[in-house]
Amino acid sequence: MNRRFSWFNATSLTLGFAFLYLPMLILITYSFNESKLVTVWAGFSTKWYGELIHNEAFLDAAVVTLKVAVMSSTFATLLGTMAAYVLIRGGRFYGRTLFSGMIYAPLVMPDVITGLSLLLLFISIGLDRGIGTIVLAHTTFSMCYVSVVVSSRLATFDQSLEEAALDLGCTPFDAFRSVTLPIIAPAVISGWLLAFTLSLDDLVIASFAAGPSATTLPMKIFSSVRLGVSPEINALSTIMISIVTVGVITASLISKRSIVKQRAEEQKAVRN
Amino acid sequence: MAQPASRPVFAPWNDPAAKPLIQFKSVTKKFGEFVAIDDVTIDIFAQEFFALLGPSGCGKTTLMRMLAGFERPTKGQILLDGKDLADVPPNRRETNMMFQSYALFPHLSVWENIAFGLKRSPMPKGEIGPRVEQMLKLVRLDKFARRKPHQISGGQRQRVALARSLAKAPKLLLLDEPLGALDKKLRQDTQFELMDIQEKTGTTFLIVTHDQEEAMTVASRVAVMDHGKMIQIDTPDRIYEMPNSVYVADFIGDVNIIKGNAKPTGEGRFAISWAEGQPDIAAASGAGIAAGTPVHFAIRPEKIAISADKPADRANAVKGRIEDIAYLGNISTYKVELANGAMIKAQVANDRRLARRTFSWDDMVWLSFTDTAGVILMK
Amino acid sequence: MNFRRILLIATPYAWLVALFLVPFLIVFKISLSHYAISIPPYSPVFDISAGWEGFKTFLSKLDFDNYRFLSGDDLYWKAYLSSLQIAAISTIITLVVAYPIAYGMAQANDEWRPTLMMLVILPFWTSFLIRVYSWIGILSNEGFLNQILLGLGVIDTPLAIMNTNTAVYIGIVYTYLPFMVLPIYATLEKMDGSLIEAAEDLGCTRISAFWLVTLPLSKPGVIAGCFLVFIPALGEFVIPSLLGGSQTLMIGKVLWEEFFSNRDWPVASAVAVILLVLLIIPIILFQRNEQKQREANQ
Repeated sequence: MNRRFSWFNATSLTLGFAFLYLPMLILITYSFNESKLVTVWAGFSTKWYGELIHNEAFLDAAVVTLKVAVMSSTFATLLGTMAAYVLIRGGRFYGRTLFSGMIYAPLVMPDVITGLSLLLLFISIGLDRGIGTIVLAHTTFSMCYVSVVVSSRLATFDQSLEEAALDLGCTPFDAFRSVTLPIIAPAVISGWLLAFTLSLDDLVIASFAAGPSATTLPMKIFSSVRLGVSPEINALSTIMISIVTVGVITASLISKRSIVKQRAEEQKAVRN
Repeated sequence: MAQPASRPVFAPWNDPAAKPLIQFKSVTKKFGEFVAIDDVTIDIFAQEFFALLGPSGCGKTTLMRMLAGFERPTKGQILLDGKDLADVPPNRRETNMMFQSYALFPHLSVWENIAFGLKRSPMPKGEIGPRVEQMLKLVRLDKFARRKPHQISGGQRQRVALARSLAKAPKLLLLDEPLGALDKKLRQDTQFELMDIQEKTGTTFLIVTHDQEEAMTVASRVAVMDHGKMIQIDTPDRIYEMPNSVYVADFIGDVNIIKGNAKPTGEGRFAISWAEGQPDIAAASGAGIAAGTPVHFAIRPEKIAISADKPADRANAVKGRIEDIAYLGNISTYKVELANGAMIKAQVANDRRLARRTFSWDDMVWLSFTDTAGVILMK
Repeated sequence: MNFRRILLIATPYAWLVALFLVPFLIVFKISLSHYAISIPPYSPVFDISAGWEGFKTFLSKLDFDNYRFLSGDDLYWKAYLSSLQIAAISTIITLVVAYPIAYGMAQANDEWRPTLMMLVILPFWTSFLIRVYSWIGILSNEGFLNQILLGLGVIDTPLAIMNTNTAVYIGIVYTYLPFMVLPIYATLEKMDGSLIEAAEDLGCTRISAFWLVTLPLSKPGVIAGCFLVFIPALGEFVIPSLLGGSQTLMIGKVLWEEFFSNRDWPVASAVAVILLVLLIIPIILFQRNEQKQREANQ
């Protein structure tokens, strides 16, 4: 696209990003508010962070959430990568259409339906609900996201690389490990991160799958937020937003640097 | 070849009274610090087929985009029919452009693509249809009017792009590497087709290309550019036979370049000493060159004859060993190594069939050429 | 077919069948059952030990009563209709807000675009719940919006936005904005710039070139974005329950309440099945659009 950046463009970007970021900035600002009244500024204070640290319920929920997220995203990455490989390189097999349908359907399924159906499954097979069932539920929907991310990478990379590896004496498994995996690794990693975030973020499915014995952080936040705005939640939100921001910026800097490095090396190679 | 007497030679550039259609007056274009066009002055005349030739990045596309109105000169003036184009936006210029990528609108049919410009011109609605049909006939695409651009071949797309840019009957048609995406055979056919259409419509064409063969084939005049500067503007035959610099000689066609020192030997005659143990090269030049001036002697391979014995009647003859032979079908190129290690290329037309060819690898042969076969270049 | 290949295919396949397909069949089955005060709270319960005869009596007890009940009750009709309406209106608003942003991004120079891209994606990685929550403090009666408007003297009494459908629209537009911006940006970004130049060369002004070339060519991105917002918005639960009021009827919320508050599992299942049926049409259209795009790119 030829780029002719105009005042109109600048205005729409400024307004658009203001809309996206102002609510969060307000939230962050007011997490440092002295007053309990969330909309009246009464001076700077970090006391809500102090109270948050001593809130056992939140801490427990956070631990549960992290456990669930680490486990489910790891399983989802394994299963999702396998599924992507089957989709792109698996060739024809019986029930392939159903398989790809089951990969794509969860992406557009409303959370309430996914949650409800999984809960009814757990009850009908008599599975005790708790961390385990949340992990199962999260693995199921986030593996689909992983497989979409990984399969788009697999689809764009040159299959002749794998064929070259086979030609040079690799077994199919060797070829996957030594050629395919290193090339799709960035996609696998971003798949894991996506699954991790989806799991951290999920309220609805976890609420169905959790049962009384386990509470995740979003469930805890939801139940307290229903009662209105609280400075403690603002503090918690600020912490979560900061972690994500630092993570995303770091990731994009790393990828930017590797692109710059790669380009510099390519240019060097051309010159030599 | 003799021109028929009834047809005067088309050469307005030699006529001091002729008014140019396009004038570049000391045009400079900078992108930040980078100088894309460096003080260029050209006149282009109506009905010319003018080619801008140069390697990629030489500024030829920038020059064309300034004509279309997509870039503005940093310094200097561009005139069309004597009017300054500086404040005329692209959509009000009487130029049309055929894009390198063709830029056919993918959501519109061939017919709608060609009609696109007409619908935005003062042309009455009733005349648009017939005009589109006429253009479709001109490029022989009548049968494909309803197709979308992705449903036709590359060569057909190229012709749609041409028809679209010609439909508004512009004063000047700009063609940006128009044949770049076609394969060689189709390219050659299309080159002749382009010339034919240019002649039929009488439109002035300005073509940008990096393919010297293409420029030589289609153009009435060729401008060779390098690093934003105009190196030489001339007719194709003069560009080839009388290049004004080593750069042009080397860029157009195949050439042997020999470095040496010239000394005058008579009226317009010079001897160039160039290597120990090798005879001086006898050459002619119209320029006055002082003794001892370092010069380049450029000679085309096809101007060098190859023989087993030393020819008596040639001004220059050197002996060497055949190092390599490239058989190209109609001609063969011999690479001959002289005693001092210099490599000279000679081309011979294969006017006899295989069995009669005489020279082989490692044969000792004589290379000879007349004193007017090459040119002496000062830069 | 070697053992490894079978294992590779079978593992994810079996997982999805067990945890995606089977649960659906169970939902469907329960939607044909009846509410019962028992554990589990529905009947009949399929008892595998009763054998074939048991299966037949089980089948005979299934019926469409719940669907009849749903279609007879105004509340559900209204909930489905108002979900469709809210999803459709907020999709259109999102499109209007997102297009200029995507267009601006596509026009920005190469150095800026990765940063702008990151700025659009960043909220997506942030908790959905928190993003919805952040509007409570803005929209409530004593919220920032009312404070500012009162302070500026634009209004005399606070606007009641919180707990209305307006708040739900704002919430949906805000949270789903990246889903609309990204596909539109993707089509604009890869558009051949010489098409716009060609249009101008052929006599278009910048504005008419936009209407005649840019907009039609960004249609696939617009369609994809609309589906990406409409489909999840239709089944949305968090936004209507946090920002919407008691009169905000959205089917996701109804399902949740049916299940958790009324504990009527058969009706909740029937609600889910109908929601799914409603979603199938846009999902199929979306898939077609994607398919067409993929073919066009080849």
